[in-house]
Amino acid sequence: MTVSAELELQSFVLLRLGERRFAVSANQIAELVAPSRVFRFPHRTSKLEGVILRRGRIVPVCDVSEMLLGKRLTSRRFYLIAVRNYGTLKEWIAVPVTGECELINSEMMAASESDAPHVAGWLSHDGDVIEVLNLDTLTPGPEQPPAHAVAPQVVEARP
Amino acid sequence: MRLAAPVKPSSGKTEQIILFRVSGQLFAVSSASVQEVRSADSMSGAAMEISAPGIRKVRHVVRRGDRSLFIVNGAMHFGLHAAEGALLFVLRKTRTALLIDGIDKMTTMTRLQALPLSFCHEERQWYRGLTALDQTVVPVVKPEGFLSPEELALLDAALLQSDNSAAAALQETNSAQ
Repeated sequence: MTVSAELELQSFVLLRLGERRFAVSANQIAELVAPSRVFRFPHRTSKLEGVILRRGRIVPVCDVSEMLLGKRLTSRRFYLIAVRNYGTLKEWIAVPVTGECELINSEMMAASESDAPHVAGWLSHDGDVIEVLNLDTLTPGPEQPPAHAVAPQVVEARP
Repeated sequence: MRLAAPVKPSSGKTEQIILFRVSGQLFAVSSASVQEVRSADSMSGAAMEISAPGIRKVRHVVRRGDRSLFIVNGAMHFGLHAAEGALLFVLRKTRTALLIDGIDKMTTMTRLQALPLSFCHEERQWYRGLTALDQTVVPVVKPEGFLSPEELALLDAALLQSDNSAAAALQETNSAQ
């Protein structure tokens, strides 16, 4: 492999949802954690199940399976903690997955205009062609991040 | 029960909160935001019925001098299973009296985390944020989030209409006599 070819390689995390595999850029992944208690409370945002507590942070759980597979996952083995961009802001989200994840290096083919908005690109691995997910379009969030969102995400409680 | 005016904690880094339930769901509110806690029964005598289009969560209003307090059914506000509220929180600096199931306890929160940006609908008006207490996550409600300015305008209009109807009926009765 030449140096120029190596430069084309990027790291991806392969995740499994049901029978299918998808990829997310490794830069966007914080960690893979075992399922923990999901805290639910009333809200009106679809695709959000609730939140989990992870290292003192409150992380929303976004189930993307319905959008990608057309059905909800019946079992989940891990939460993939990923970084979701909201304009210039970044926050963690937890994506339930059904199997082990794998770190690979591969070349990504850019998405075409005919691809769905959640497809960031394509990669070929082990004879499969795998969608690289754009989590920013796949998971809920304000179309325009609110101006007040630039405030610190954790504040000390003040009466 | 009238709550004492909030005392500023010495540390300045914590906040006294009241944990309460609506349809079994746990919420928190700053104790500084709660002016009074009343039993729903104690208010029922003073409450008048009100009906504003599209605002099913408000069925009653209480007149206090020149002020009107709208009784918001917490379960309907949050889209939970309807429950008979037993207590009312009169919320400071608002025109809301919130109907709840009951109080769990008073406690202190040290950190309030902003609602994650993934939550992008009405809940952003409902909650100041989330707090973790004893390995549980509790949403902290925003007292001014129970009635929007638009809803208040509709309720005021319904109240005015009701007053006008009552005045007209009284006038008609007087004329007949």
